This record gives sequence, structure tokens and C-alpha cells, in this order.
Amino acid sequence: MTWLVPLPVALPLLVAALLVGLAPICRRCVADSLGILTALVVAFACAGLLFKSAPGTLVYWFGSWAPRGQAAIGISFVIDPLGAGLATLCAALMTCALMFSWRYFEAVRTYFHTLMLIFLAAMTGFCLTGDLFNLFVFFELMSVTAYALTGYKVEEVSALEGSINFAVTNSVGAFLVLIGIALLYGRTGALNMAQVGEALARGPTDGLVIVALTLILGGFFVKAAVVPFHLWLADAHAVAPSPVCVLFSGVMIELGLFGAFRVYWTVFRPNLGDYETGVRLVLMSFGAATALLGALMCYTQRHIKRLLAFSSISHVGIMLIGMATLAARGTAGAMLYLLGHAFVKGALFMSAGLLLDRFESLDEEKLRGKGRGLPILTFTMITGGLGLAGFPPFGTYLGKQLIEEAGAQFHQPWLTGLFLVTSALTGGAVLRVVGTVFFARPAGGARESKSASASHEYREIRGSAHTVPAIMLIMAVVMVVVPALSGAFGRALATRAMAGSQRFVDRTGYYRAVIEGRPFGVLPAPEPTDTTLRGILFGIAAALGAVTLALANLFKSHIPNAFWRGWKPWLDRVLASLQRLQSGHVGDYVLWLMIGVVLLATALLLSAKISA
Amino acid sequence: MSYLPYCVAAWLFVIGLYGVVTSRHLVHLIVCLSVVQSSTYLLLLSIGFRDLPAQAPIFSDVPPGTPAVDPVVHALTLTDIVVSATVSALLLALVMDVQRRRGSVDPETLSPFRE
Repeated sequence: MTWLVPLPVALPLLVAALLVGLAPICRRCVADSLGILTALVVAFACAGLLFKSAPGTLVYWFGSWAPRGQAAIGISFVIDPLGAGLATLCAALMTCALMFSWRYFEAVRTYFHTLMLIFLAAMTGFCLTGDLFNLFVFFELMSVTAYALTGYKVEEVSALEGSINFAVTNSVGAFLVLIGIALLYGRTGALNMAQVGEALARGPTDGLVIVALTLILGGFFVKAAVVPFHLWLADAHAVAPSPVCVLFSGVMIELGLFGAFRVYWTVFRPNLGDYETGVRLVLMSFGAATALLGALMCYTQRHIKRLLAFSSISHVGIMLIGMATLAARGTAGAMLYLLGHAFVKGALFMSAGLLLDRFESLDEEKLRGKGRGLPILTFTMITGGLGLAGFPPFGTYLGKQLIEEAGAQFHQPWLTGLFLVTSALTGGAVLRVVGTVFFARPAGGARESKSASASHEYREIRGSAHTVPAIMLIMAVVMVVVPALSGAFGRALATRAMAGSQRFVDRTGYYRAVIEGRPFGVLPAPEPTDTTLRGILFGIAAALGAVTLALANLFKSHIPNAFWRGWKPWLDRVLASLQRLQSGHVGDYVLWLMIGVVLLATALLLSAKISA
Repeated sequence: MSYLPYCVAAWLFVIGLYGVVTSRHLVHLIVCLSVVQSSTYLLLLSIGFRDLPAQAPIFSDVPPGTPAVDPVVHALTLTDIVVSATVSALLLALVMDVQRRRGSVDPETLSPFRE
């Protein structure tokens, strides 16, 4: 089965090269079918790896350069269930996105498919690799294709500018990661993650280790859009083509988190074990800030794609809290949340794409009442909103439940409240849009839009404006039904995620598998995981909160003024200053990025001092 | 081995970022980004450096066992340069389109969602 391991990276790269070569003679439908077929094959290959890796971690040495003694001299792919599972998700989402774009805009020859396939290869490679520098290379490959895809609609200035902001901030993030890796190499003389971890464990926890940790976490957090590294995200998501947004929000930014914690567990954990309490507190605070700020910003947006972009920031915050519990249960929760969120957010972006196609606008006020008589879109957006809020049986509620349980172990009971508020806000924002677009009465003389997005936006879909291509609707529906099913198989999924996460955080087992070549070492005993009544009730509560918020906004003229007195001006001021952060000026973004790095470094150093 | 190369790398990183933050021209901004990236080349090469009898890592006509600087960091630097070329080329292409469509490449006057 070892021939299967390089396939998820090699195949899309080969087909991408083929498509570029065939560009002059290749018909559109050939490119489409080839792309979808490749993504599908990769999805099945990754799923095969997932099943093969369940009993024990698979290690593949390229060119058979297996370790000599304790030293890794070759480059390895290390396949554990979490990495393989994420790679499968990437490929599955890519298949959906490519099917959705079957009728999408006039592609300039086959370049769109080529970029998408390279993007896929980079993402799967990022999930599977066991080498630090390889991780950086795949990270950069993923980023560069993402910049190109963001700016794909070159006829729109905002797309170009969004892409430039995205590229500059994420390049700086990648440099931070690279400097961190260089420092680690200088200290340990190794690039294999298991070996670096082992060498670090033998040394002291000093300034270099903390600085390297800060740089690598900070760099990956830029990709993951953790506050205050998040400013690029809304600009990029708002302008990228909808099928690309599906991948950006669904998996790409989450891969930033995955990379950060993969490196934390394999490289830093052996050295930093004594300081775990401090690191947990720091990272959970970053996660909480991200979840809250993203949710607030999300609720105040009028441009639908920007709204969805901020909701992704908020959800990444929740996943960060899960990973930052530094426990298998929290990690499993974050992974289940990721799974549920990826499909729901994908469906919402697809629906947004369809709205944009039909009405040439994504502004909530301009679309007021225009969506009447579009039952399928109404259905996908309502279920999407409920799914974001974590309404059972969507997988998201199960993820939140596991994260809360993990948080409770470490005396962080505030998580429940935070999750309720953020889920209600992000779900409520989507439901509010549904109310305005699909149920409200059309405005007489549409008010002139003051907000962003006022400019004319180009339609993305070729063909007649009045028929929505069936394949696009079908894909949007499939994307909301899948996460609902995933929640229904809650117990089985939770158990699998738990087993995978236990492997993810077990760094001794990782070291044994990679360096000593004992893949079938002792597996940790599985912890029991199941849905609880409490989790279900809180899921329902969050969904009710979302519905209430949406209705409150729709009927806000009926809310007595006394209700607002006192705290409304204060709230407005906070929201206005948050809005100002989003200046669109790339220099400001980079400045905030550096402030974030300094904050992270200070917090980590302080926490190390206190724990010592 | 002196600390000078590390200091220069740090200085390049900071001065490049200063340029990115304060730039009034997108092409200038991209050059500043390349300056930031040069600091990573310098850092990598300094980490692998060994003092003199060590040679450049070219092993074709020297006897085995000749001391050499670390070849791994050279490979890493080369890869890094390739990445840099790709990113710069893509960014410059985007900037050319911005100039064509908006007639300005000052980030102060451009922003995707200005109110």
C-alpha cells in the first residue's frame, strides 16, 4: 500500500501540469471532468490512508532514505488519522467546489483548474508531511496558489487589492515560520519533526525555544486568521470567487491551526511540558478574543460574503480554544467542529455565489425581499444558519460539547457562555440575512447603500441570468445535508476523532513510529465519548439565541427605545473602532501582525516565567 | 564566528517591515517585502556557516573528508529564493493590473472596501 502515500500530492500536480500543457487545445468540459476526477481519486486515496492509519501510524520515507541510528536523513510523510482525515476533507471539499464551478465563470482556458489542483496538492502535502521544512514549502505553495485564486477575477480592482493584502500579510507570516524553523535547525541540526522534538527535549527551555515557538505559532496564526492577525481575511474572502471561498473558509485557514499544533505537539511539547498551564492560558485567551471579535464583526456586516468571512474568524477562534486545551478531548472537539463547519460554511458561500449571480449584488439591503420564491436557496441558507449556531444534529454542537468538557477539566467553565454568545451571533447574522432577503417586503425606493460593497459587482456565472444551474443548487443542498448526517452518526464519529486526537497528542508514539520504525506501538486506550443531553440542550439554546437575534433585528423598529438607553452609544463606539481596524491598508495589517507577534511573545515569556 | 550576520539579518527584517508598513507605492512595498525575505536567507546561511578551513559545499573535486559549511541550509536558501521569486512575480503582476484599472498604486488611496 505504500505506493498510495505520495499519490495525494503527486497526482494533482501531474494533472495540473498536463492541463497547462493541454490549455491551447483543451475544451472546457475536459478540464472540468479531469479536475473533478482527480480530486475524487485523491479523496478516495486519502480515505484509504485514513483507514490504513487507524491501527498504527504509517511512515513513508521518500527514496527509501530511512533513518540511520537516531538520525533522520530523508524526508518523510507521517500519516496519522487526523492528518489523513483532514487531507480527505480537503479533497472532498475540492471535489464539491469543482463540481459547483462546472458552470462557473468563463475560465481563462484551464488556469482555474490548474490552480485549484495545485492548491489541493499543497493542502494534502501540508497535512501529511513529517518534515519541518517540507511543511514550510507546502505552506508557501498553498499560499501562493491562494493569492492567485483570490485575484482570479482580474477585471475587478477590489479582487486585486484583496489579493495583494492577502499576499503581503501571509508572506510575512511565512517568513516568521521560516525564521522559527531556521532557529530550531540551528539548535538541533535536524528538520524531521520527531527528531527536532527529541533534540529539544534534551536541552533547556530558554529564550531561543520560546522565540521559535512564538514565530512558528504567530506565522501559522496569520493563515488561521487569529486576532490580531486576522485583518487580511475579510478582504480576501469578500472578493475571491465563491467556489474558492468554500475552500478558504472550510479548510485553508483551519490548516493554519493544524500546522501550529502539529508543530507544537511534535517539536515543542517534549521541551515545554512543564509550562503547559501557561501556554494553555495564553492560547485560549487568543482563541476567546478571536471568537468574540469575529462574532461581533460578523453580526454588523451587510455584505454577505464579508459577513461569512467574519463568521469564519469566529469559528476558528472556537477551534483554537479546542486545540489550546492541549488535551486529546479538546482536539477531538475542534476536529469535529471543523468537519461540521467546513460543509455548512461551504453551502453558505455557494448560496451567496448563487445570489450574486442572480442579483449582481451581495449587499443585504439591496437584496431586500428579492429572494422571495427561491425555496431551495431559502432552505440552504436557513439550515446553514442553524448549522453555524450548532443546532443538533449538525456536527458543530458535538464539537462544542467536547471542547466544553475538555475546558471543564482545566477549570475553564466560561467556555459555555462564550460559545453560546458567539454561536448565537454568527448563526443569528445568517438568519437575519435570510429574513431580509427571502422574507422581507421589497423596499420601495431602495436606499442608496452607504456601506462597502456598493460598487457594481460582476456576475460570475456564464449563461442566462434567469436560470440557476441545477448542478450548483444540488451542490449547495448536498453541502448542508452532509454535516447534518455527520451529527447523526455522532457517537461513531466522536469515538474516531477521539482516537485520532489521542494519537495526535502522543508525541512518544510519534517519535517511535518515525525514528524507531515501530508503527504498531502501544496505542492509548480510548476515552469514552458520546453525545450528552447537556450538549444537545446547549446546541438548541444557541440556535434559539440565533433565531431571537435575527428576529430582533428584523423587527427592531418595534423594540422600545428604553431598551437601548445607556449601553447603545457605548456599543456603537466599540463597533465603530473595530470597523476602523479593517482599514484595507496593507501597512496597517502588517503593523497589527507585528503587534500580535510581540503580544504573543510577551505572553509566552511571562507564562514561562510564572510557571518556572 | 561573529554575531554580525545575525545582527544584519535582524536589521534587514526590521527595516524591511518598516518599509512595508510606511510604503506609499506598491512596487516599493514589494521590494521591501523582498528585503524582509533576504533577512531569512542571511539567517539560514549564517546558521550553517563554519569558520575557514571549511569550504563551499561543492564536493566534485575535493578529497572526501574536506571540511565544508552545512549544505542543508544552502538547499533551504535556494528553495526560499524560488518562493520569493514566485511571490514577487505574482504580486508585481497584480500591481500592474491595479495600475491599469485604477491609475494609482498608492496603498493610501486604495482599499478594497473603503466607505
